[in-house]
Amino acid sequence: MNPNLPPSIPFQPVDYAAKGCHFEAVVAADKVVEAAALLDGAGFALDTITGVDWMAAGQMELIYDFFRLEKALRVAVRTRIPRDNPEIATISGVYPGANWHERETHDFFGIRFAGHPDLTPFLLPEDATYHPLRKDFVA
Amino acid sequence: MSTTEASPAETGRETFVLNLGPQHPATHGVLRVKMTMDGEYVVRAEPVCGYIHRMQEKMGENRTYAQFLPNTSRIDYLSALTYTHAFVGAVERAAKLQVPPRGEYIRVITSELNRISSHLVWWGAFLLDLGGFTPLLYAFDDREKILDLLEGITGSRLTYSYFRIGGLYNDVDEAFIKGTREFVAQMRPRLKMYRSLVTENIILRKRLIGIGPVSAEMCRKYGATGPVIRGSGVGYDVRKIEPYSAYAEFDFVAPTFAEGDSMARYLVRMEEMAQSLRIIEQGLDKLPAGPVMAEKVPRVLKLPAGDYCYAVEAARGRFAVRIVSDGKEIPYRVKLRSPSLSNLSLFEEASRGMLLPDALALMGSLDLVIPDIDR
Amino acid sequence: MTNLLHILLAEPFRLALALLLIMSFVGVNAAYLVWVERKGAGRFQRRPGPTEVGYAGLLQPVVDAFKLLSKQLILPTGVDATLFRAAPLLVMAPALIGLAVVPFSEKLLGRDINVGLLLIFALGSINVMAIMLGGWSSRNKYAIISAARVVSQNVAYEIPTLLVVITMIMVTGSMDLNEIVRQQAGGFWRWNLFRWDVNPLAPATFLIFYICMLAETNRAPFDMAEAESELVAGAYTEYSGMGFGVFFMAEYTNILLGCSVATVLFLGGWQSPVGILPGLFWFLAKMYFLIFSVIWVRWTFPRTQFYGLLNLSWKILIPVSLLTLILTGAMLKIFSV
Repeated sequence: MNPNLPPSIPFQPVDYAAKGCHFEAVVAADKVVEAAALLDGAGFALDTITGVDWMAAGQMELIYDFFRLEKALRVAVRTRIPRDNPEIATISGVYPGANWHERETHDFFGIRFAGHPDLTPFLLPEDATYHPLRKDFVA
Repeated sequence: MSTTEASPAETGRETFVLNLGPQHPATHGVLRVKMTMDGEYVVRAEPVCGYIHRMQEKMGENRTYAQFLPNTSRIDYLSALTYTHAFVGAVERAAKLQVPPRGEYIRVITSELNRISSHLVWWGAFLLDLGGFTPLLYAFDDREKILDLLEGITGSRLTYSYFRIGGLYNDVDEAFIKGTREFVAQMRPRLKMYRSLVTENIILRKRLIGIGPVSAEMCRKYGATGPVIRGSGVGYDVRKIEPYSAYAEFDFVAPTFAEGDSMARYLVRMEEMAQSLRIIEQGLDKLPAGPVMAEKVPRVLKLPAGDYCYAVEAARGRFAVRIVSDGKEIPYRVKLRSPSLSNLSLFEEASRGMLLPDALALMGSLDLVIPDIDR
Repeated sequence: MTNLLHILLAEPFRLALALLLIMSFVGVNAAYLVWVERKGAGRFQRRPGPTEVGYAGLLQPVVDAFKLLSKQLILPTGVDATLFRAAPLLVMAPALIGLAVVPFSEKLLGRDINVGLLLIFALGSINVMAIMLGGWSSRNKYAIISAARVVSQNVAYEIPTLLVVITMIMVTGSMDLNEIVRQQAGGFWRWNLFRWDVNPLAPATFLIFYICMLAETNRAPFDMAEAESELVAGAYTEYSGMGFGVFFMAEYTNILLGCSVATVLFLGGWQSPVGILPGLFWFLAKMYFLIFSVIWVRWTFPRTQFYGLLNLSWKILIPVSLLTLILTGAMLKIFSV
């Protein structure tokens, strides 16, 4: 196990040449903030937050990407939340940069980030009520 | 990131809201910044994005991998080749396609030419913001030469669809090689002239030194990369830390300055132009012969199910693509990690309490391209 | 017929004629200095500048004037109508009056007043207030910020200007502009710029006057008031058509006035260094040389921040000009004639 990674997060090695990521962990939705805090303490930088709508499985997946600044080490923390009530805690208290990424994910998928200071539309118009990247979105 | 703003009753000073943009000579693209001002001081600067949101990520879910290629150039049009590189790199990683060495070298050479032209636009526009109207014309004069070189092999001036999945669209010809060598030879003295006329000008130095300090810790927390973090003392450059394509075979330096102010970010980009010239020269010297396209690239490309990532060093910072595939010929999800978004996100915290011209100098030194933020 | 000519050349008709000539001179200059600036800017930036209209773009200012005249004079709602309309006139008038006392040659001047310098600088202060009025009455946040900047900048730069002018008055012993020029007769080493026997810091004095002139006329690198990339058009944002045109004419007229005063005070006015061509030619040559350098400076340097500008004035220019004043006084006292 890589000494740079916090031990309590269940990271699995990934084939970098095929996938472009070094380690991945799947965590429960309520453990995400703790994982982010551990990675922040270990010196990782926030890359981005990706949302994926798995409509067939009735779930939405959130992928938090982190990377290190002095050597090549990319990790991803994945979690799944139910699609009909997508809610998860915000990590913007740990990583202020997550503020905008979470607003964007909310815009596209309708995922509510509990505790977010300002979950208003970021890229969509201020009065938008639709979420375009959902698979059942009809323009 | 909420700020409890002191009410006028507490501070005894009234604030007013000044709207910078979305149409404004200083913001490079359609960006609106709601600035709460106390006289000339910025109390809070809140960027409002989305004026040029084109839903590129949704378009990624409606097109095949090859059909999405023109979109990649248009995300950040100044640094178009590097963005295409990230996307085709992710697809090639997933499909296990090996680009021949000549293709990789030409990708590096053209990406570095693109980097120089992007930095030239940044330089001219930044000086324009600061009130020096003339360098823009000189920068565009140099940039015309790069655009002519790239037009000769790709057919476009700005949004090149040159990289293909598995290699390149077109091989380079003798005219390109000769023209690029001439360009490198005449660009070096021009960079020297820019240094003595502009970089060492006392008025410019007073405008930039000590202005807009951004710490390395702030960059890490916001995910700011590129010249922003390299101007704060951290030498993070994707080409060096996570080498991709043929960059591992080149000898160059990722310039890093420790001061963290706008001058440091300015100097990083000026130095990067010189380093790019070195890379181009080495590339032309060592250019291997051979094909430029991989063999056996399937006409209908279906990637196996799973996630694939690829990161490149664009002119503005780290640009990463994550493709989520479910085995079909169109991606399930395409995520574009924009460097300008992460760079701009620290503007709100970094500009608190600054004077308006200094805040604008800080924003100019972050080198933003708004279509990259909005995608 | 000669009777009529004598009547016309007597006061007050002579003054009226002089003012008419000055207004036409200013009008032609304001239009064609724009052409010089645009051509100069073009050449400095490796491009040709205006070339379409007329030969080498010489009709460009005429066409621009037609364009400005044809635009609707918009009065935005909520502005103070009197002040809004008065501001452009108030910026133009002091410069025109100031030009009436400047000697274009030995005989060519509006009125030979023995307090000419005082008149010019007294009226010059109205310039500041007029821009502030224009900015304030526009009811526009950008304009108000710009007006505030203009006031602080101009107040700061008036002080070194006046200190320098007082130094020159001590050297020449007169405020009469024609008299000052007459004293500089006899070759260019007699010009005030080179009279290091009375004022050892004469080049520094000239440089301070030049910098202050750039700042007083709001020219780059001191053009905070109309910093385009920050404040759109600053104090002039709400003005359209000829109101805007008058502001720009007034800027060029102020440059004209500033450069002519610099010529008179330091470069010998209409005195010729080689004694062949008429005084008017030399005056115009020196003045246009200074104007060209003002244009050159604008297109070369970036803008300072306004606190850098104020620091320059309060911390550098005022001490140096005080020093020249004291030094000149000491020299005059010690080697008193």
